[in-house]
Amino acid sequence: MNPVKKDQAAGNRRLRFPKHIREEWYGRVYAYFCVTLLIVTIVSIVWFIASKGLNPFLSGAVSVPELLFGRTWSPESEPPLFGALPFLAGSISVSLLAAVLAAPFGFCAAVFMTQIAPKVGRRFLQPAIELLAGIPSVVYGFVGLSVIVPFLRNNFTGQGFGILAGTLVLSVMILPTITSIATDALSNLQAGLKEGSFALGATRWQTIYRLILPTTFPSLLTGVVLGISRAFGEALAVQMVIGNAPHVPRSLLESAATLTSIITLEMGNTVGGSLHNNVLWSLALILLIMTFLFVFTVRMLERRAGR
Amino acid sequence: MLRSQIYQRHANQEGVNIIMRKSLVLVLTLIVALTLAACGKNNNNSDASASNSPAASGGASNGAALSGTITAAGSTALQPLVEQVANKFMSENSGVSITVAPGGSGGGLTQVAGGQVDIGNSDIFAEEKLKDEAKDLVDHQVGVVAIAAVANPKVNVDNLTKQQLVDIFSGKVTNWKDVGGIDAKIVIVNRPSSSGTRKTFENLALGGPSKDLPGSIQEDSSGTVKKLVAETPGAIGYLALSYLDDSVKALKFEGVEATSDNVATGQYPVWAYEHMYTKGEPNPTVKAFLDYMLSDAVQNGDVKDMGYIPMSAMKVARDVNGTVTNK
Repeated sequence: MNPVKKDQAAGNRRLRFPKHIREEWYGRVYAYFCVTLLIVTIVSIVWFIASKGLNPFLSGAVSVPELLFGRTWSPESEPPLFGALPFLAGSISVSLLAAVLAAPFGFCAAVFMTQIAPKVGRRFLQPAIELLAGIPSVVYGFVGLSVIVPFLRNNFTGQGFGILAGTLVLSVMILPTITSIATDALSNLQAGLKEGSFALGATRWQTIYRLILPTTFPSLLTGVVLGISRAFGEALAVQMVIGNAPHVPRSLLESAATLTSIITLEMGNTVGGSLHNNVLWSLALILLIMTFLFVFTVRMLERRAGR
Repeated sequence: MLRSQIYQRHANQEGVNIIMRKSLVLVLTLIVALTLAACGKNNNNSDASASNSPAASGGASNGAALSGTITAAGSTALQPLVEQVANKFMSENSGVSITVAPGGSGGGLTQVAGGQVDIGNSDIFAEEKLKDEAKDLVDHQVGVVAIAAVANPKVNVDNLTKQQLVDIFSGKVTNWKDVGGIDAKIVIVNRPSSSGTRKTFENLALGGPSKDLPGSIQEDSSGTVKKLVAETPGAIGYLALSYLDDSVKALKFEGVEATSDNVATGQYPVWAYEHMYTKGEPNPTVKAFLDYMLSDAVQNGDVKDMGYIPMSAMKVARDVNGTVTNK
């Protein structure tokens, strides 16, 4: 750069910053401000839950194995017992079963929408499934309580409340998550792959079964994990249909409880700072850790899918 | 030349618009941030303001119009009554605004003890939940609620003795035919072990804490308990009288029906006070609201209409330790 021009530029800068530079700074400050706010929020939430949730362990009132593997939850007895195994078992079984039930439906819907009948699929099926995602969870819970629970009660043994009712409600709730991620994965298929398969004489079924599903498998799994993660964190709908007895159920049709349902059930009735209240925060901490694990798993799967 | 000037102006105008739009986004973000910050501050301040306000508004009680905001939180059993009375109070005193939030008895007591709300609604005495903090709280009993064991109408049982209830809720008796009803399995619909209604029922009807049995159902609201008992064959639960209707059958306890008269005379023992706690003596606005709550018009009107029993009707009194005395 020649020295005269450099001088001019310096003079300009001294007089006033050019417009595009100012805009750059406005944008940058604004973006940093938002990001900082976001990070502060996330860090403070984690800090808050962790500080409250670790309290029972640090004060020595409850040990970690006692909480994780104890089978008796009786917080108001003397001495209080905090065994969260029934809730862990309930949460894990409900969300896994819901995913097992919803995944085939989600995959089939995605295959139908992308491979078999893209026009009909995109126009009718996709909006219908996306609609499911927009229904508030309390509505799911209420439908479950008014339809699924009486149905199970009248056709099977038991009162209708339990893991099975929770599974049925949750599987409908996580169907949109699984379907939309599977649809994205299938429509982003590498160009030419499908055509190559057809050119080799494979039928459509063979192409889908042997080629498309294995290729997109990590992405499909991502959807399933996100679905499980949503099911794991769902509180209201599950709480309304699962029965909430703090015991490991002997069958799918017996009243059970999940981590989220016991938190919503008991949080309002406990006094802040009491051991009972703090143990509920420990359960929240377990939920948070599980969510981290799910996010981590999704990241790993995405890395594999990207390869 | 002229034309280009117009274009120039036009362009500037657009630039101004864009800048305005941008600054609008900025302003909105700032507002959100400030609101968040203010919320955080509020909690710290309310303690101070609560203790200041009696002195500051000491003059207000001299006939001046009431003003200010009252926040109440806690018991869901008491919430409908407080809300209804609050609406009436607000229409008579336009300067006052009252918010009533749910959150359970425990939540109400914690928040009033911590100074986050002015009034903590509770079904139980503060001493039963809080330890040292209970000393600062002033109890205002605004009504009495009776709790009755309820069953699905089809079980064909009218009366249960205390022992029978204990047997049912401890899992010793699992079929209605053992207590004189039809041949049907008993399904227990419980409230969470920390619930105020459950505590009252356990202490006064069962005589002590009960365990959560496998297969029992727990619900966190009285409304759901009523729905489930009405729908589930063989179900038993317990509800406040304010929730009772024909869909469920209220059972007699030791032969005594759960009516307002039987509670008032002390014959029916399963009842609890509805408390509205304040931290220290209430400020004039809160005090006016509590006085209104205890006025004859409200006690014999809203309180009665909503299924609670007015304080003045009670011929017996109970203290924190559960000792019942004649008034």
